Amino acid sequence: MRLPGGLVDLFPGAPRRLEVPAASVDEMVDRLDELFPGMRDRLCDSTPAVRRHINIFIDGERARLGTPLSPGCEVFVLTAISGG
Amino acid sequence: MARKILVLLGTKKGTFIAESDEARRDWKLRGPYCETWPMNHVMADPSTGTIFGGGGNEWFGPAVWKSHDLGETWSHSSEGLAYEAGVEPIKAVWSLATRDGALYAGVQPAGLFRSDDNGKTWQHLDGLQKHPSRPHWNPGGAGLILHSLVLHPEDDGQVWVGISAAGVFHTADGGATWEPRNRGTRADFFPEGQNYPEFGQCVHCLVMAPGEPDTMYQQNHCGMYRSKDGGRSWESIESGLPSSFGFPAAAHPRDPSTLFLVPLNGDSAGRYMPDAKAAVWRTRDGGSTWQAMREGLPQENAYFGVLRQAMATDRLEPAGVYFGTGGGALFASADEGESWIEVAAHLPAISSVETLVVDA
Repeated sequence: MRLPGGLVDLFPGAPRRLEVPAASVDEMVDRLDELFPGMRDRLCDSTPAVRRHINIFIDGERARLGTPLSPGCEVFVLTAISGG
Repeated sequence: MARKILVLLGTKKGTFIAESDEARRDWKLRGPYCETWPMNHVMADPSTGTIFGGGGNEWFGPAVWKSHDLGETWSHSSEGLAYEAGVEPIKAVWSLATRDGALYAGVQPAGLFRSDDNGKTWQHLDGLQKHPSRPHWNPGGAGLILHSLVLHPEDDGQVWVGISAAGVFHTADGGATWEPRNRGTRADFFPEGQNYPEFGQCVHCLVMAPGEPDTMYQQNHCGMYRSKDGGRSWESIESGLPSSFGFPAAAHPRDPSTLFLVPLNGDSAGRYMPDAKAAVWRTRDGGSTWQAMREGLPQENAYFGVLRQAMATDRLEPAGVYFGTGGGALFASADEGESWIEVAAHLPAISSVETLVVDA
């Protein structure tokens, strides 16, 4: 998976690219939170849902928390166009 | 021992810190910190020197940042800073306050949280959400924000909050139950005959007089007020001011009768300095009379505003006064408002100004 620079800057030592075992986006975020405590809060809100201005793409398709992951799939976590 | 003063600035693009010695003539600016997140309120616990910053990032949500080394390094957390599933999520932290090791955070949509481990984890004080008026709260221009957070200096149970535009609420039991405290404050935006409701007023800033917990001041969207009974009733003190509209109010560190305001020209008139001439207005008698303090402030083309948390005093003698503008300028007075200098001119929009005095 690839993580956005603005996210890894918040977690010293976090890499831009890494692999984790997970069967869904939700599980993937759990693994990230185990590795980098607090990262779940940065990617997801309490709805619970992926934050409005965070986009997660799996093999080119936009995903939600419940979207399943297939073995070896490539996940891009991206920050949307936002701000001023 | 010599001391130095830090002026803590929350801005739309990070935290900045202006630093000077006790003379407060020469300033150094550093920042931006907090990864340039929008920071609504940056303040310090004077008993420990820890700096806390509350904000919210459009991508990554709300968090409270903290620094144990006067701003050089920062960490962040939002563990527990969330409403239950299905409720509109928290967008940003808007206000912070400390007392005896407890740290409180006011958030948007309006709610109150408490941390007993220095901001690492948070507990929701959900009594405010359970108040019967909650379904009727309407957001102000900046959203439904809990922006004013006033703690009783001696009584752990007492907290006042200001919510735009729900009004002032008070708890005497640490946040379990709340009552509105808005009697006497106007809501001009309601129909004629309904202008003094129990709640729904657009409070802009609520502060407590030093040493007199029952004396409070409130800059409201619709008037300037003083209370002598802890907010149970309010009386207008806007006579003598150029406008009843403004955002911040700053209490003197020692004198309960001295207060500083920055009136703007009106809510539908542009919301900038009256006649485009900048002034801080000061009372020495609890609001009976007001004086405009202009020396050193721009007296032409001052088309800027000052936001609700963007003015503060320090605890030095004489007291310093500081305000930051929506256009990113920071002004400072080392003599209780008599004269002013511009400390910074080109910062991002300044949301909050607070001070911290430490040993040099």
